[in-house]
Order: sequence, then C-alpha cells, then structure tokens
Amino acid sequence: MSLIDISGNLLFVAFIAYLVATLLFGGSIKQSNATGKNTDKWGKLAIIVTIIGFLSQLGYFITRWIYTGHAPVSNMFEFTTAFGMFIVGAFILIYFIYRLTALGLIALPVALLIIAYAAMFPTEVSPLVPSLQSHWLTIHVITAALGQSILAISAVAGLIYLLKVVDLKKPSKQRFWLEAVMFFLVVVIGFVIATSIFSGMGYESNYTYVDKEGTERQITYNMPPLFGMNEYKAVEEHGMSPLVEMPALINAKKLTTVVWSLLVGSILYLLIRLITRRRISAMFQPFVQRVNLHLVDEIGYRSVLIGFPVFTLGALIFAMIWAQQAWSRFWGWDPKEVWALITWLFYAAFLHLRLSKGWEGEKSAWLALIGFGIILFNLIAVNLIIAGLHSYAAS
Amino acid sequence: MENIICACGHSNPYGTKLCEKCGRPLTEEGKETKVVDMRYDGMAIRSKTYNKTFIDKIWNFFSSVKVGITLIIITLVAASIGTILPQEMYVNAPEANKAEYYEKVYGWFGKFYNSLGLSDLYSTVWFQVLVGMLAISIIVASLDRGIPLHKSLKNQRVKRHESFMKRQRIIAEGQVQNPDATLDKVEQKMTQLKYKVRRDGSALLAERGRFARYGPYINHVGLIIFLAGVMLRLVPGFHVDETIWIREGETRAIPGMDGYFIKNNEFTLETHDNKPQGEQLAQGVNVMAKNYQTDVTLYKQPEGALPGDLDNLEKVKDYSIRVNHPLKENGFALYQMNYRLNELKQMNFNLVSKANEEEALGQIEIDLTNPKKEYDLGNGSSVEILVYTPDFSGFENGEPQTKTSIPNNPAFLFRMKTPETPKGEVSFVEIMKPPLEPLGENKYRMKFAGAETRDSSNFTIRKDSTVPILFVGGIIFMIGVVIGSYWNHRRLWLQVEPDGRVLMAAHVNKNMFSMKKDLDAVTSFAELPQYEDQLEKPEDAEKSEKRGIKKKEGDSTL
Repeated sequence: MSLIDISGNLLFVAFIAYLVATLLFGGSIKQSNATGKNTDKWGKLAIIVTIIGFLSQLGYFITRWIYTGHAPVSNMFEFTTAFGMFIVGAFILIYFIYRLTALGLIALPVALLIIAYAAMFPTEVSPLVPSLQSHWLTIHVITAALGQSILAISAVAGLIYLLKVVDLKKPSKQRFWLEAVMFFLVVVIGFVIATSIFSGMGYESNYTYVDKEGTERQITYNMPPLFGMNEYKAVEEHGMSPLVEMPALINAKKLTTVVWSLLVGSILYLLIRLITRRRISAMFQPFVQRVNLHLVDEIGYRSVLIGFPVFTLGALIFAMIWAQQAWSRFWGWDPKEVWALITWLFYAAFLHLRLSKGWEGEKSAWLALIGFGIILFNLIAVNLIIAGLHSYAAS
Repeated sequence: MENIICACGHSNPYGTKLCEKCGRPLTEEGKETKVVDMRYDGMAIRSKTYNKTFIDKIWNFFSSVKVGITLIIITLVAASIGTILPQEMYVNAPEANKAEYYEKVYGWFGKFYNSLGLSDLYSTVWFQVLVGMLAISIIVASLDRGIPLHKSLKNQRVKRHESFMKRQRIIAEGQVQNPDATLDKVEQKMTQLKYKVRRDGSALLAERGRFARYGPYINHVGLIIFLAGVMLRLVPGFHVDETIWIREGETRAIPGMDGYFIKNNEFTLETHDNKPQGEQLAQGVNVMAKNYQTDVTLYKQPEGALPGDLDNLEKVKDYSIRVNHPLKENGFALYQMNYRLNELKQMNFNLVSKANEEEALGQIEIDLTNPKKEYDLGNGSSVEILVYTPDFSGFENGEPQTKTSIPNNPAFLFRMKTPETPKGEVSFVEIMKPPLEPLGENKYRMKFAGAETRDSSNFTIRKDSTVPILFVGGIIFMIGVVIGSYWNHRRLWLQVEPDGRVLMAAHVNKNMFSMKKDLDAVTSFAELPQYEDQLEKPEDAEKSEKRGIKKKEGDSTL
C-alpha cells in the first residue's frame, strides 16, 4: 500500500470516528436527561473517539504532506478537508476548557459535512504553480484556516444557544431563519448525495460553448445538464439535453450542480419532515435543553476572542507578507483578499457590538452564525464563482 | 462645569459616574441599577460629558462606538460590492478600452457598474474618505476612553463604599469567625493565584492582568500606524513601482533605480510533466508551469560616472530571479512578473542567384534590435537595408507599416548589389512569403538561412519605504489584540469589619468562567460566604422574564 493510499484510508477512519463520536455525544446527552448519571462515561468515550478521529486525520494530513512534498492545502479538496480537521481540533480545545458535550453534537456534524463536501472535489495530487511554491503557503493557509475554525466554534455555540431559546411552537422570524440554517445543512448533504450518485454512475457529457470573451471552449458535465452553456453544442451527450441555455456570464455547469443539490436536498428535507413530523430544529432542541445559556454565550464569545487574533495573523498579516514576496505588492484587492478583510471587519464589529452595545446572548449568537456564513462564502463562492488569484489551479 | 462632591468628600470631575475614591454611584441611574456599569470604571468620558461647541459635536460623533461600528459595516459592504465584477486591474483589456470591455462582457450591468466607478472602487475618493473616517474614529474613541480609564486604573483605592461593592456582578455577604485570619487567608490564596494584593485596614483588593485593559488601545495604535504607513505611500519618493522588459543578452538601466543596470543572462520556463487532471483539466489548462526563472547579473555604475556610461560597470551580483524569490538590493526588489518566449533575435539570409540557389554569394546576419544599414559581402557584393519593419502589418500608401517595435513579424526592403547587377535590385522580404519585387523582376534574391531566437523577461521594480512602518504597525496591532483577547482583568474586593461582617465583590472585564474558578478556590480556602452572580438568575425566572426585561448594557468593558 503506497503512502497516498494509507493517507486516504486514515481520512476514511477519521470520518467514521467523527460519525461514531457524534452518536456518542448524542447518547451522553440523552443519558444525562434520563438518569442524570452515566454522562461522564458516555461523554468521555465520545471525546476519546473524537480524539482518535482527529489523530487519524492528522495522520492523513502528514502522510499526504510527505507524499506530495508540500502542505496539503493547495486545492479545494485539500484545503476544505484541512478546514474540517481544524474545526474538530478547535472543538477539542474548547471542549477541554468548558466540558460542554452539546458542543460536540453540533461541531462534529458540521465538520463531517465539510469533509464530505471536500471529498466531492478531485482528490488527485496536483503539482504547484510557481506562485504557490513558498513556505508561506504552509504558514499562511494553515494559520488562516486555524483562525477560521476557532471562529466557527462560536457559530456552533450560537446555534446551540438559538436552539434553546428560540420558541419553535410559535411562528417567528427567528424560527424561520433557524430552520433555514438547518435546511442549508441538508442541502450540503444533497450536494454530497447528488455528486456521489452521478460519479458512481460515471456520468459524463461533453459540450463546446462560447465563453464571455467570445472564445470557443469545451466543458465536461459530471451531472445531467439542466442548464446549457452559452451557445452550447453537444460533443458527446448522455441521458438528457440541457433544458435551458444560459448567457455567457453564467457558468451553467456550476448552476446545474447547485440546482441538483437543491433538488436532492429539498427532497431529503421534505422526507425528514414527513417522517418525523417535526422541524429539524425541533429534533435537536431536546438535546440542548439542559445547557447553561450563560456558559454557551461565553463559549461563543471566547471562541471569537481566541480565533480573531489567529485569523488576523494568518489571513491578513501572513497573507500580506507572502503577497509582497510573490506578487510584489502586499495588497491587491483580489476578491479572496477582500473577503478575508470583510470577515475580519465583521468580527471586529462583532466584538465592538458586544463590548459597548451589550449585544450578548441571542443577538451575539445570530452574529456568530452570520460570521460563519461569511467564512463559508469566502471558501465556497469566492473560490468557485468569483475567480481570482486564489482560485486554485489557474495557470 | 462644577465638580461633583461625593458623600465621602472626594471632589470628582463633572461627568463622573462612580466616585474616583470610594466608588459610590454618582448618577441617579447608577443609584437605581442593581449591577453598575463598570465600563471605563465609571470615569468621566469627554464625549459623554460635553456637547456644546462645534468641536464637542465633532468629537462626540467620532468617539461614538455606534458611529465606529456603522463605519465598519459601511466599509465592509462597500468592499464586498467591489467583488461583484472583476476590478479594472484584473481585466484583460487595454487601459483605454476598459469601459467598452465591461459593457461588452457584462452587458448593461457592466456598463452601469463601470460608470458608477465601482470597477475601480478601492481607489475612489469616497472609499478612501470612508477608511479615513474609520481612522479618525479609532483615534478619537481611543483617546476619549483610554485616558480616563488609565487614570482610573492607576489611582485605584483599596477601600470602596458598600454601595459600589453591592452593585458589582459578583457579590457575597456574611459573617466570618476571625476577621484578621480571613483577610490573611484571602491574601495568601490570591497571591498564590498570581493576583497582586493590596490591603488598607480592613479592606483588601486583589487584582490580576490589569494590562489586558490596555490591549484594545494598543491594537488601535498599531492600526493607526499601519494606516499612516499606507497613506505615506501616496507621498512621492516613498514608493517606487516601475516595470522593465529585458531580452536575453541585453544590459539595461533599471528604471527608478539610478545607477543600476541589469543583464538578462538567460530565461528558463520549466513545466510539470504531469498528466492534466482534476481542476486543471476542468479549466482546460494543458501545461502547468513549474518555474519561471531569469538568471541576471546586477551591475552598478561607479561613483561619479556619467549617466549612460556602460563601459565601467561594477558587478554587484549574479542572481536567479524566480517567482517568490525577488532580487533584493539596497531597499529595492525586482520581481519576475512576465515573459515572452522565442522572440526573434537575429535573422540570417543568403544572397543567391535565382539561377543557382545552391551557391551563395555570401550570408548576412541581421541583428533585429540593431540592424546595420549595409552589409558588405566582400566579393564586390553588398546588401543594403532600405526599410526595416519589426512587426510588419501591411502597406499604407506604398509604405510598409509596423504595429509595434517588437520583432514579431520582421520584414525588410533590401537593395542587393552584385558584380553582375552593380546598380542593385530591390526586394521586399517577409517571413514565409515569396519576395515582392516592386521594381521589376530580379536576378538575385535573399534566401532565408535561419534565425536565432531569445526569450524576454518582465520585471517589476519596487521600493517601498513604508514597509517597515506597516510592519511595526502590524506587530503592535497583533500584540494589542493578543493582550486584549488572551488575558483579562480580574479584581476582587473584600472588606471584613471587626465584628466579622464580610462584604466581597468581584469584577472581570471578560471571561467570567475563569474568574469563578478563582472565586471558588478562594471561597473554600478562606471559608467565605458563598458568592452570588447577580446576572445569573434561576432558570425559571429567566424564562418568564426573558421577553420582558430591557436588554442590559454590556458588562464586558473595554
């Protein structure tokens, strides 16, 4: 077995471990509700399994690093996987400060979704273009991802807070948006399912199209084309033809992926609602009934306090040093840079609102969720939609 | 404005909320609340005290945290608008055609975006004014609050009035057996927990991590230094940004770097020999670059040399400029930015008779950047270049035209003289095309006999004297933000009366969780009465009150 296979297997082991640990965390809370005892036993087991998973994923990271010769954070799959790993790491850190089991019940599924999402991207090892061949790739990306992961824990705490305080019996804006967050998580599962099914079938259709600058190009769809590229012509088509042709500005292939994910996600969501006859928020609510709101609020705040300096260092300061070396200017208003700045400004506003306006508790929890939304936007949308220097594998 | 005389006799400046000496609340509001607002330790804040003159109003505007947060949010939203379409600097179109490009590629929205100036948003005056206002807000708000806070922390008294103690978030009240022993034990435990303990009669103040209160002010100083550095870049002389194209074998003066010359020895482009896959395949990138490298020699003119005197250059060093590895010299840095492969350097032609093309009368070698007027072949034959167009683009009024000065498509008008044709024959030669003979059919022709090519490299030359300032600003900011985030200011006040009545209060600017651990430790060690968190209500009470109560001000303090 070669090093890269070992690496892949370790990642798989980590994934399974996180899954098991999630169930154990759930069990630990259920147990404590029922009897008030055994919490320690289940909780301890859960955190041990989490740590095993984390070490296994660390093994994946290190073996892949040795195999490729550079830190495995250079493409969408590698970076997103590492982001998931750091979220688990940040969770373990915060867990040992506050010992709150409910945190694991949310943090681990979020990490699982992120890793599953990552696995939908090409996992092959690809070489580095000259601008990425720098130690700063390692330093900048790892520090930035670490900062983002710690900040993510504040969103986890925020979600727990909201699950407890939002009244799910009466219709309200809060109830709607909380369920919208849950729906978004289900759509991510929808993306994973749709991608896995079509790639399992080996689906492929080829088209030529004309891009926005008027050049003719080729494109391969890995999902049945719902939308066609600008002036598309089929080269080799399977199953179906595109239903609608899109203008050159819109990447119809990506739109197809988004719509398939939404479709599958919505069906899945409806099935869940039909079977359980409850909102997903309501399914989670019993697990967080016993948490101390003050403590959860403090965990959310503390994660921002711990994560903000790390994020500043990695995503802004190290980024500037590297940019100065690779591109001769420390700041170039590249979309990814701008969104890192936006993330930073947002959390700065978060801290000021909390300090002087007393935005604590529920308001703070919503802000933490929005902050995580910005981080995800920067990871997903800016990389895939707004192309720039950071969009991976550009020549 | 009159001073406020506290019941303890201390005279406080107008606007003070908590007496500087004993801590008694001085405002009506303060007297009514259960937990007093501990921000800035109740000192008089200029912006909250004066609002008469124009200057007061400006000061108050910028010192307001609400205004500061609003400015942050506006900047954030503005910055995000700039990422909707690519900014001008990333658009692949000549400077003059950018507006057209936006309309052509993005339609009406692109035109609209461009006409609003959003395609160059970050250089607009309004965006820079926004950042400037943010900077003013940071300065004013820091001075407004930082100075009073510093004074207050410096002049803390140990003994505080009961009304101050009882309005803290954490309070405890009760009886102890032995007052002196209790004070000693608390001192011992708190010292062990790394608190600084001061005693004044029956009162005790234990304090830890006071410097954490300065974190926000330190990081604001760092930010201001950073922003000042950025602004200095606009001053001429602080910032050099030039660009140069240089061909292999050439030596050229470096723009912006007086007295320095650079020679391009060789340019190398290496590619990965991988099979395209994944993203690379998806984006249609066939070959992936591995290395862009130019081997150069840097020269310097000796002191006092005439400008343009290339004969007495002193070699400074050899270096291989690569991406991520700029050449650094004397505060300047040269970056590998672009390249052109296989630019024509020299073309060779044989002068042949059309009757016998195998036997040449001689060969001429034309240096395309510096062609000679006439080439003498020795045997009575010669070739004259009448016209040379490096980048031939067609004829206009019978004259050959050139698009650029780069030899992409060289063309020549030759006059060939041989002993047989002493007056000379004229021929127009373009690569890969049969020669044109404008003055009638010739006996001789110029036969292409090979070419030499070379690569050309593009460097950016940068000098940024503001970088050290930015660096210092960045470091100070990081220090401040780390101090402010990873440490907290914890205080514990304790008063034990001779009759055994004990009163305790505690305050922490953030992270109450850790403070409570300390409190638990000292409570059990010194057998103090159990403390109460006045903000933490029993679960049931909280639920019923949740929607009703007015949101409290932040108990976290700057």
